[in-house]
Amino acid sequence: MSATLLSVQTLNGLQLGVLLFLVAAGLTLVFGVMDFINLAHGVQFMIGAYLAAMFTALTDNFFLGLGLALPAALTLGLALEWLVFRHLYARDHLDQVLATFGIILFLNQAVKFVWGAAPLSVPVPTLLSGSIQLMEGLRYPIYRLAVIGAGIAVALLLSLLVSRTRIGMLVRAGAANAPMVSALGVDIGRLFMLVFGFGAMLAGFAGAMVAPLVSVEPGMGDNLLILTFVVIVIGGIGSIRGAFIAALLVGLVDTLGRAFGPLVLRLFLDASAASQAGQALAPMLIYILMAAVLFVRPAGLFPVRR
Amino acid sequence: MSGAHPTAGPLRDRRPRLAGLILAGLATLPLLGALGADSYVLLLVTRVMIFAVAAISLDLILGYGAMVSFGHAAFMGIGAYAVGILATHGIEDLLAQAGVAILVSAGFAALTGAVSLRTKGVHFIMITLAFGQMAFFLAVSLAAYGGDDGLTIARRSTVLGAEWLGNATIFYYLVLAVLAATLLACRALVAARFGRVLRGTRENPVRMQAIGFEPFRYQLTAYVISGAICGLSGVLIANQTNFISPAYMAWQRSGELIVMVVLGGMGTLIGPLIGALAYLLIEEWLAGITEHWKMIFGPLLILVVLHARGGLVGAITRITGGRHG
Amino acid sequence: MAEDILILDRLRKAYGGLVVTEDVSLAIRRDELHAVIGPNGAGKTTLIHQISGLTPSDSGRVLLDGADITALSLAARTRRGLARSFQITSILPGFPVLENVALAVQARAGSSFRFLGTAADEPALNAEARAMLDIVGLGARADLPAGLLSHGEKRQLELAISLATRPRILLLDEPLAGMGHEEGQAIVALLRRLRGRYTILLVEHDMDAVFSLADRISVLVSGRVIATGAPAEIRANPAVRAAYLGEEEAA
Repeated sequence: MSATLLSVQTLNGLQLGVLLFLVAAGLTLVFGVMDFINLAHGVQFMIGAYLAAMFTALTDNFFLGLGLALPAALTLGLALEWLVFRHLYARDHLDQVLATFGIILFLNQAVKFVWGAAPLSVPVPTLLSGSIQLMEGLRYPIYRLAVIGAGIAVALLLSLLVSRTRIGMLVRAGAANAPMVSALGVDIGRLFMLVFGFGAMLAGFAGAMVAPLVSVEPGMGDNLLILTFVVIVIGGIGSIRGAFIAALLVGLVDTLGRAFGPLVLRLFLDASAASQAGQALAPMLIYILMAAVLFVRPAGLFPVRR
Repeated sequence: MSGAHPTAGPLRDRRPRLAGLILAGLATLPLLGALGADSYVLLLVTRVMIFAVAAISLDLILGYGAMVSFGHAAFMGIGAYAVGILATHGIEDLLAQAGVAILVSAGFAALTGAVSLRTKGVHFIMITLAFGQMAFFLAVSLAAYGGDDGLTIARRSTVLGAEWLGNATIFYYLVLAVLAATLLACRALVAARFGRVLRGTRENPVRMQAIGFEPFRYQLTAYVISGAICGLSGVLIANQTNFISPAYMAWQRSGELIVMVVLGGMGTLIGPLIGALAYLLIEEWLAGITEHWKMIFGPLLILVVLHARGGLVGAITRITGGRHG
Repeated sequence: MAEDILILDRLRKAYGGLVVTEDVSLAIRRDELHAVIGPNGAGKTTLIHQISGLTPSDSGRVLLDGADITALSLAARTRRGLARSFQITSILPGFPVLENVALAVQARAGSSFRFLGTAADEPALNAEARAMLDIVGLGARADLPAGLLSHGEKRQLELAISLATRPRILLLDEPLAGMGHEEGQAIVALLRRLRGRYTILLVEHDMDAVFSLADRISVLVSGRVIATGAPAEIRANPAVRAAYLGEEEAA
């Protein structure tokens, strides 16, 4: 029983970790390459979910919806880059914080304006519906497994892209030393735009994939954004590998902490005190983890060498 | 902070006069109320002044210390919860509540500041944001005190057992007094030895080390003072609304506080007061026009960041500066 | 024999596989002007960073008046009497010239955890700051914002700031860098006035200035000290000529 629960919660933690990675990957590159703090990355996740919901409803097919949502998310990301972000690269972090905060205010309200304040729901595609027996007494929804699989596949693809291609090489070099890359005659403006659009699309992809699992609603990206910050801080700004490991770590610690924290505390406290303390402590675990990592390594686990 | 404010090391300007004018105006407002002005105005301005206290406390570290804290609302929330939790247990005395609020806020600031200040720049922003969120989730998990839904407080805090604060005018003047004291104290602090070290560190931390200062000690102290003042503002807001909820600590609140500081003009102390006034009035006005007012305010904020410099105080100084030649 | 005030004992610093300083041992005598020269990339600035505490050393020790200060921070070393200037002038551009120096006085004159009273009006701090400005010849500029000074004047200000810390030793990292001839001459004259009154460790590229000012010279090549001696000895040293002066003469 307990082993089954542990397996289920571990899979749930993996799923959260994979999602966090998809959102964190774009964000950490934008931080690393452009030294740009983008609070609006979370709303791009939300927009991905809304687009998937809309296109799925229109086409009556989740995969078609997903296929349409991706280019739409990319287009929106590029439009934002053109309208707002590119004017902020040379600004200080405070200006970037304020302007991207303005984007959050706008987009969180805009989805209410366009799609209404009530949450939308997206049906799980029939092809991936139902659950599968993983071991004795353990059934797990196929769609959730698919999300984990897709996330890991994208992570692998991304690491290949970053480590093997010319663009990836420029991105890595840019994260370590942007002026140098610029001096090599690379159009840094276009590189930024590319990284930015790609990051927005990854966040949108993550949003679209979870759309069938959660209720699609305004502000759904906000809390995820902060988890993503924790991931990036732990992993080290600009590091894809760091983001991946930290995302899984945060996903697992958060999920397992909430599920088993009270159980563990019961070893030391009586049942009701353990349950109360567990409920209070579990959501704080990842922040304590972050503080601990920073205390030992102020630049994160995998700092990008500069 | 290259862009939003020109480095203003020395303190030589006419801002004290501006501050005096505004405080005098605020002091006479309830008298106009006796002449028939709306009590709604009094409530709104009380709220503005409470947020101004919080924004001024943020300006102390943001404007004078270049520490972009994105978790400042947590301190306001801690102050509010101090009132709510103590009131639940029968402790309704304002001084006791304020004392606890200040102590707990300062303690939280000392702990989180000690970790956050080990980092700089983007890291610092994200970490303060994360710690603010930690406080938020802690409040959500406090099932005994309303959890997610928050908690209604039966009545306003008492002073020496008396229920004076139930009177809107008395409460107004209490808030005004706290605001004036905050302004004066912060003004003294930034001009004093301590503030000079803080301002010097903002401009060039390495130079400050190379004359013998450890920036960390001064920044952390400023962070703790700022957190304590912001906690006090939380005591006031809980009293005004007779209600506490985790929403006080939401990270959007922290963002709003930054907006108030920058909109008004950071590193000026009076700017955050003007910024709080402008922000809450714009919110009130736009919200009266459409429920989707944030779709207007968001782009407005972006335009201000991209095109306006030095905030409203900068604009006022430019205008009056031009007149005085 | 003059007493050694600063002793460097086998200092080393490497970035990854790149060794910048290696086995650097030096003894600086009280009241001497000791210059460190060397070709570009010899590790001179890194060495100054290691001595001042801005960059931690991988190994080796720094002794100031016999006390081991290797583990101390930049600020703590400054409070012990080790003042430094930077290759790229480091001042507080938004503060008036006088306050730049007064802050350095403040740093060692009582606690700075004072929250009342206007620091800019403290007569004791300002009087001593003015005296330092007069030494470097900036007395007339005291009330100007420091950012408005000329490049050479900023250098003078940085020296006044360093003097205001009441240093036992001054570390000067290329004080003549980026300066025109006349500005440079003013700084050289200033250094000549300070010489003998302060112990000075000077890193400098300008060979004329170094050979006319220094009591002793150490030559740093590829992170190692290859020679130390009086200017005449250094000029005559064949290893130095081969490694360093030869290049200059050939050029």
